[in-house]
Amino acid sequence: MRHLLSTHDLSRADAIRILDTAEEMSAVNDREVKKLPALRGRTVVNLFFEDSTRTRISFEAAAKRLSADVINFAAKGSSVSKGESLKDTAQTLEAIGADAVVIRHPASGAAQRLATTDWISAAVVNAGDGTHEHPTQALLDAFTLRRHWAKLAGTPSGGTDLAGAKVTIVGDVLHSRVARSNVWLLTTLGAQVTLVAPPTLLPIGVEHWPCTVAYDFDEAIDAKPDAIMMLRVQAERMNASYFPSTGEYSRRWGLGDERFARLAELGLADTVILHPGPMVRGLEISSTAADSARSQVLRQVANGVSVRMAVLYLLLSSGLYAQDATAAHAKESAS
Amino acid sequence: MRRIVLSAGDIDRALTRIAHEILEANKGPEGLVLLGIPRRGYPLAVRLAAKLAAADPAVDPERIVGQLDITMFRDDLARQPTRPPARTVLPAGGIDDRVVVLVDDVLFSGRTIRAALDAIVDLGRPRSVRLAVLVDRGHRELPIRADHVGKNLPTSRAEKVRVRLAEVDAGAGFAEDLVAIESLPAQEEAR
Amino acid sequence: MTEPTRFLLSGASLYGERTADILVADGRIAEVGTGLDASGASVVDADGLVALPGLVDVHTHLREPGREDAETVETGTRAAALGGYTAVHAMANSNPVADTAGVVEQVQTLGRRAGWAEVRPVGAVTVGLAGEQLAELGAMADSAAAVRMFSDDGICVHDPVLMRRALEYVKAFDGVVAQHAQEPRLTAGAQMNEGIVSAVLGLPGWPAVAEESIIARDVLLAAHVGSRLHVCHVSTAGSVEIIRWAKARGIDVTAEVTPHHLWLTDELARTYNPVYKVNPPLRTDDDVQALRAALADGTIDVVGTDHAPHPSEHKECEWAQAAMGMTGLETALSVVQHTMVESGLMTWRDVARTMSEVPARIGRVADQGRPIAAGEPAHLTLVDPAARWTVDPAVQATKGRNSPFAGRELPGRVVATFYAGHPTVLDGALNTPHPAAESAGAR
Repeated sequence: MRHLLSTHDLSRADAIRILDTAEEMSAVNDREVKKLPALRGRTVVNLFFEDSTRTRISFEAAAKRLSADVINFAAKGSSVSKGESLKDTAQTLEAIGADAVVIRHPASGAAQRLATTDWISAAVVNAGDGTHEHPTQALLDAFTLRRHWAKLAGTPSGGTDLAGAKVTIVGDVLHSRVARSNVWLLTTLGAQVTLVAPPTLLPIGVEHWPCTVAYDFDEAIDAKPDAIMMLRVQAERMNASYFPSTGEYSRRWGLGDERFARLAELGLADTVILHPGPMVRGLEISSTAADSARSQVLRQVANGVSVRMAVLYLLLSSGLYAQDATAAHAKESAS
Repeated sequence: MRRIVLSAGDIDRALTRIAHEILEANKGPEGLVLLGIPRRGYPLAVRLAAKLAAADPAVDPERIVGQLDITMFRDDLARQPTRPPARTVLPAGGIDDRVVVLVDDVLFSGRTIRAALDAIVDLGRPRSVRLAVLVDRGHRELPIRADHVGKNLPTSRAEKVRVRLAEVDAGAGFAEDLVAIESLPAQEEAR
Repeated sequence: MTEPTRFLLSGASLYGERTADILVADGRIAEVGTGLDASGASVVDADGLVALPGLVDVHTHLREPGREDAETVETGTRAAALGGYTAVHAMANSNPVADTAGVVEQVQTLGRRAGWAEVRPVGAVTVGLAGEQLAELGAMADSAAAVRMFSDDGICVHDPVLMRRALEYVKAFDGVVAQHAQEPRLTAGAQMNEGIVSAVLGLPGWPAVAEESIIARDVLLAAHVGSRLHVCHVSTAGSVEIIRWAKARGIDVTAEVTPHHLWLTDELARTYNPVYKVNPPLRTDDDVQALRAALADGTIDVVGTDHAPHPSEHKECEWAQAAMGMTGLETALSVVQHTMVESGLMTWRDVARTMSEVPARIGRVADQGRPIAAGEPAHLTLVDPAARWTVDPAVQATKGRNSPFAGRELPGRVVATFYAGHPTVLDGALNTPHPAAESAGAR
């Protein structure tokens, strides 16, 4: 793995390797000294063309806990807003000596452009590109779910996947990079994914995705999901006629108090609620649901740091040699 | 070419001797913690703990053994293929003010032990740290020495020391423990 | 130094059908036959080469005036000559827009001065391509450029009333409206074909219906007012069906397809490399197959390159920020050979029809696209169908580096291009511009 650009092309083995490594990272986060020397002397640039304090500080904490030097490059108000191209910015970072670039960008494919051009040689981590993908968000969601179910089963989560789990993703799938990354990753890990959304907020072509699609949230709840992932809905979509009003959206596709209560009526004691944040309370999710014991929102945030540590570690700890199991084995025996 | 230098019986006797040395050096089991370094240091630590318990009934082997992963502390991370880290597990009492005995299978350059000392610093402050290894094959690159050695094995750098332990290697066809020296084919050595 | 004016093209395969010599003298084909007398003529060995009438492109962006950093008439027509073209229609979306007699005459003059191919300016349908008010179509038709094709290409004439009036008005001087069929509201912010791939890539989709609905409306308008409609760069299977239906009804509609839509699909967008970003977008393989069949059966009349050079900075960026368009003049014939001839769908005679004869008729270019026969103007292209070459944008004549075929091996190489009896290309390389260019420059 040279870069992490999407979950679409992530193999099951690589996904599990990231999740297992994140488990070890998570143990470090519980220690008094929350720091490892693994990336000492390496430079990680957080290149953010969109404001996203949450994602940025998560990556920053992850890099710092691995002892990397962190440079935060917020493109707003910089030379970029004066018309500097992505290419020039990338080449600047190359000249500075960046070993990894964590990029958040409003254009779909921006991370892949960085990774596949000769503008920069650093490892590229996609921290959200347009409406394409947000792979570390999906990984932290998978990590959170895996832990939850391992805990219920009383088994260690290491090495396990999400086989058989039913995950329902609700909201603006069309514009959601989180939904895309989760559909690919969760299904790669064996989960059954159902998308619930107004037909206007599903992409043409969604019927080719490895999941089922439904328009009725209540029916989806009656199908007894193990997890419900709510997506953020931007109220301004209303102005482009994606739905008639926020009130109607909330009634049909929001996780309001009644639907939340229905989970208990159905005896779904262990069904959890996820949200990538930031939440719009009252639109897609009620405060009762968001603040309930089912909500994994804060665990998602904490797990985000562990998952991002794992990704940075796996991408950066091997700088010179490609992945080669034979070489690893030979070295180990010689020690 | 492979030459077996320690049999299962040799290994067991060596561990028995090391266990007694540890007790003697520590004047009893008081405050002892054994931290095995993955992969083969950990099963050795478990075996040593059992031998300590056999020698002194006051020892609860479950409570003195831990595992110390040093992957993230290596000085050659960037030069190697990526290694997923292993788990670090400390005994319930932690390591503060304890006598930590690091346990590994082979002592070679000393770099692994250097990394282990760094890792320990981030976990607590032991009273002292000692080192027990099954084999010392020489060729140190750092000022590090072992306190307890199962066997000193003079080797050339071109040779490989293979340790096989039932706990780790049974799946690969090694039901019996052994330590062997492998030399590379002559032409390869000449390169 | 006077350049030779007599050439004997010996042993050429006319339309890939029969072998003959072609004697060119003083700008015309003097004789076609076997064993012609070479005395006083420069001999071009055409053994194994297919002779076609000089190619005519109905859809070229030469960028001058205004974007000379992207292309000039000089560089664009050099590229045309290398691609086997003897005439190109220069689209109106220059800066200033070619919406007055002055601008179209300027473009025509630039073409004459360059001397690599005939440049036929296309006039804008609406002032400034703004889609609000008809440009002075009559003035452009009556100008020295004698414009017959009008197009807002790049932008759709989406106002149905304006489109109706334009179709009606050009009847007065036998003009044609070439429509860029793209419903603007359905394609606001669109980045690529809407379908399976856009869903995965998270790029705003460009539905086929945005093209098809405009074509359907326009053929009905053309029928209603009894005018001539040309549909630029048809890209979907649905569009083909509508045009087939319109032709069956006797509606006077012609249609064009680009070389890239005959080959490439939206799968290439998975690279996020904007060299594959184009308007209309690359579609699916089903569309590609439908377009090939339509070109073969005559539903689609012509191949137009939509040659659209861009400076590199407009492509070395994120997909969404990138300009739309691909270069095509120097690869068109090879791509058509690969997709249509080598696939068995068309003969070289069909290539002559779709890349020279019918394009000339649509644009009312009087002495282009003529038969290869004695007495006809000597606009000729010799192509070696057995050659193989790899596309390298860096060595092309166009300024644009945005070829979607970069790195691909293509069949067929233009060995010589004769423009009005003068070899603009010889031995596969640029020769000299037509000697008349100098006098044009002196005007």
